Amino acid sequence: MATLFLYTARIMDFELTNQHRLARATARDVARTELAPYAQEWDQTMTFPGEALKKLARLGFMGISIPKAYGGCGLDSISYVLIIEELAKVCASTAIIVSVHNSVCAYPIFMLGTEEQKQSYLVPLSRGEKLGAFALTEPNAGSDPASLETVAERHGDHFILNGTKTFITNGSTADIVLVMARTDRTKRSRGITAFIVDKSFGGIIVGSKENKLGIRASDTCELIFKRCTVPAANVLGELGAGLGAALDTLTFGRVGVAAQALGVAECAFEESIRYSTQRKQFGRPIADFQAIQWMLADMATEIEAARSLVYRAAWLKDRGKPFAAEASMAKLYASETAMRCATKAVQIHGGYGCMKDYRVERCFRDAKVIEIYEGTSEIQRLIIARNVTK
Amino acid sequence: MHPLKIIVTVKQVPDTNQVKIDPVTNSLVREGVPSIINPEDRNAIEVALWFKEHVGAETTALCMGPPQAVSALEEALAMGIDKAVLLSDRAFAGSDTLVTAFTLSRAVMKIGTYDLILCGRQAIDGDTAQVGPQLAGFLGLPQITYAEEIQYDGMTLTIRRGLEDSNEWIRVKLPALVTVSAGINRPRHPSLYNIVAACDPERITRLTATDLKVPAAMLGLTASPTKVKKIFEPERHARAEMLEGEPSHMARQLIEKLRALHALDREHNPHEREVSSAFNRL
Repeated sequence: MATLFLYTARIMDFELTNQHRLARATARDVARTELAPYAQEWDQTMTFPGEALKKLARLGFMGISIPKAYGGCGLDSISYVLIIEELAKVCASTAIIVSVHNSVCAYPIFMLGTEEQKQSYLVPLSRGEKLGAFALTEPNAGSDPASLETVAERHGDHFILNGTKTFITNGSTADIVLVMARTDRTKRSRGITAFIVDKSFGGIIVGSKENKLGIRASDTCELIFKRCTVPAANVLGELGAGLGAALDTLTFGRVGVAAQALGVAECAFEESIRYSTQRKQFGRPIADFQAIQWMLADMATEIEAARSLVYRAAWLKDRGKPFAAEASMAKLYASETAMRCATKAVQIHGGYGCMKDYRVERCFRDAKVIEIYEGTSEIQRLIIARNVTK
Repeated sequence: MHPLKIIVTVKQVPDTNQVKIDPVTNSLVREGVPSIINPEDRNAIEVALWFKEHVGAETTALCMGPPQAVSALEEALAMGIDKAVLLSDRAFAGSDTLVTAFTLSRAVMKIGTYDLILCGRQAIDGDTAQVGPQLAGFLGLPQITYAEEIQYDGMTLTIRRGLEDSNEWIRVKLPALVTVSAGINRPRHPSLYNIVAACDPERITRLTATDLKVPAAMLGLTASPTKVKKIFEPERHARAEMLEGEPSHMARQLIEKLRALHALDREHNPHEREVSSAFNRL
């Protein structure tokens, strides 16, 4: 018995803890009642799910991994990905709104912020009283963020920001935006600083909401900074260390987006199972045909592989181990799995799959967006390659 | 005024929405089916939390079940319940409703003082609605079943019982036991804020047969007078008949067929006169 115990203690443990299961069940329950009835309409009418987000905020969804001392829930990263996955299964737009707020706005303030910054900005963010966004991308700086052109010039104890940020998730709805701006023109990546910008500072013009292919309920828009005055006390982390901080932040963000992709893939798969076991052609359910079975088998296998990558990246983070390459692998594989699963799901649904009334049509559009944002598949491969060749 | 002490009984059940029938053996496939808190027990939890927030109450969830039923109690704690007690012992296995109620009554005595016991009307896996009333019997408490509305004036509860064709208002002094129906409220979601604390193993008190000081002969399958002989899916006799022709012709045919089945008889249908005149117009 003792030998057996020693043996079992050493093997890998793929079991979720009670805490993980309860977090997942809670997110599933909330998604089913608060998102599912409206997600299709939000998508079609590009409606930001403001009311639903208020309910989610009351239940702690806006401070998932932030410690209780700063108004959050104190849950680990595995719980975090399980929650994003469950939201994405039902509404990928809500999942990204929550994910961006948590992982690339609240989380970096928790990691790098001063105590004063945490009290002023992190606490209301975690409680969901304020919504967060992250502004790095510019019209001429996408995959190459070091080339960004937004400048922040120092004037006494303030910085004045000028420039344009584009494709900003939560752009019009956010109250707090983490903005990456150039503070030193003589340096490239080391000349960029992160600022905590409260929209109430003024000098921010919100552009029109983009009419997107997928993830349509999340508001994506341009933010134009025109003499936006930010106190020097709102520099997040070190001066000139903004890009490094941004990229570190994006590493955690990628795990959240990977979880979102996983949710979309699972939705496409579950809908395909449901449809193919009910739809009859030639006198039997189409799931009886090998052509469909092979598609279902591939979807199931790829989803399991994606899940392992996503959970493992979160698991590494929870143990304080490096997880940059794993986060990129998870984002790359899960988003491409979502695209492949959604493509197969539409194919299985045939003509119905092309109709907006069917859930898989939305999965298909959402999956394509997920392959692109938070680092395209190509950028993920670049990061992975750098990690495996160094 | 001291805060009310409320005990809510909670049962963990398979999510019957997700239970499938094995087409070969015709039995329920429970594998992989998630376990949930019995839906009407969630309504009972919501009532307890209403008292906690509006009157002041110390709330305890009590659950009898296998060790994994702990997750039902964790969910109750994440909803906002203060304390949880899990009754778990191999000796309890196979209990029918009577023995379950008896065992729960001993656990309630062990917990000690209470003002109000809340139960869900019935469980979705057994549908008996017996445990609540039997628990009241064992504890010698007044019982009000099928509660759909509860008012409290600091001394007494005034409760609306939803009956099949009427409502009944009942006033009762505490202590009492109330079983609640799904219509009474909309249970809240568990909160992510509460999850870390809810999953702290220290939060849940575990009681066994030894703790209850009840001999094994009075527990579980051996003590249960009810024996389930067989479980089967009832055969379905539904058949469809398609009517054809012009709409007015089909409507006439439909009414004739319904008449032949006595579905339009006066005692069934208070609108017989309207149906007749509509029929004559066709």
